[in-house]
Amino acid sequence: MSTRSRLSLPLLFALGAALLPGLLPGSAAAEVEQYVIDTEGAHAFVQFRIKHLGFSWLYGRFNDFDGSFSYDPEDSASSAINVAIRTASIDSNHAERDKHLRGKDFLHVDKFPTATFASTGYSPNGDGTGTLTGELTLHGVTRPVTIAVEEIGAGTDPWGGYRRGFQGETSFPLKDFGIDYDLGPAAQVVEIILSVEGIRQDG
Amino acid sequence: MLRNRADRYGLLAMTLHWLVAVLVASLFSLGLWMVNLTYYDAWYRSAPAIHKGTGVLLCLILIARLAWRRLSPPPPPLASHAAWERQAATAAHRLLYGLLFAVMLSGYLISTADGRPIEVFGLFRVPATLSGLPNQADLAGRVHLWLAIGLVSLAGLHALAALKHQFIDRDGTLSRMLGRPPRPPA
Repeated sequence: MSTRSRLSLPLLFALGAALLPGLLPGSAAAEVEQYVIDTEGAHAFVQFRIKHLGFSWLYGRFNDFDGSFSYDPEDSASSAINVAIRTASIDSNHAERDKHLRGKDFLHVDKFPTATFASTGYSPNGDGTGTLTGELTLHGVTRPVTIAVEEIGAGTDPWGGYRRGFQGETSFPLKDFGIDYDLGPAAQVVEIILSVEGIRQDG
Repeated sequence: MLRNRADRYGLLAMTLHWLVAVLVASLFSLGLWMVNLTYYDAWYRSAPAIHKGTGVLLCLILIARLAWRRLSPPPPPLASHAAWERQAATAAHRLLYGLLFAVMLSGYLISTADGRPIEVFGLFRVPATLSGLPNQADLAGRVHLWLAIGLVSLAGLHALAALKHQFIDRDGTLSRMLGRPPRPPA
């Protein structure tokens, strides 16, 4: 109580003046839409699939990740996205396999707890699809990757917000990122399927 | 014959003791070996299945051993053993049992982390009970490895102590577990 009472009125005004502009929506003219990926509501998925022995597809996903993106409807080429994935959250619906995948043979999550993707450019094809380029850091290795993007849709949601979503797909050999455990000749390449919905923050 | 006597262990206690010794040594070696198998190794799937099934059987054997210990108590310590030796031996034996069950429990928690049962050589299944704890398989895996190392180290100490009593003190401690009464003190 005594501590609180020492906060003088002028100090409160100063704090308010410092904080308020950031809290007020539309206080700065937003040209580019800013989105936070809706991981909280789980309307975003980082999934992968890889062939099992060449006989079938094995699917898995990363459950814990977050990210944000910007999108300019007038100039979608200026769009950018950043995603960080906690590698320990890998989930292929089999605890013992996931334990192996988290270990040194694969993701080595103790040493490389986070995988990141940072876009470097986007080229829209003009038909609702496009190509996103960026740097993927996985297993301590950073390499450029290209993601084929489909712009799924955007608009107001039923709860007063504005959302925009995409689907992205890419693939790469695991050994490009230094993961060289032998899963057989048919299981060299992993496919990544990204389903991303963002909630607009600046609207 | 079957029951323990005042001067030596009986046939059943000896059989159970040496069976557990062989199984623990085998499971430890198998466990360390199988985690380094590659995906295309013929043993990649069967070695863990054998390890898990044998672990469950070991658990049953240990329960039987503890039950038999109550029905037919082990021979009392040799009179030549000092009080501290008896206390150390009792503590080591209790710790060995404790570690055995802790290793088996942690192993069980790895394999049942997502609710899957443990298959025991196609004979029966041990259902999952505690599953879905955060990071369960990984944590239980680490605990399983370190407790197993602790168990095998303590078992090694236990064996060295028995050998010391048998061949340095010449008090026949090991003979009692091999079906012969200890030598009378020289």
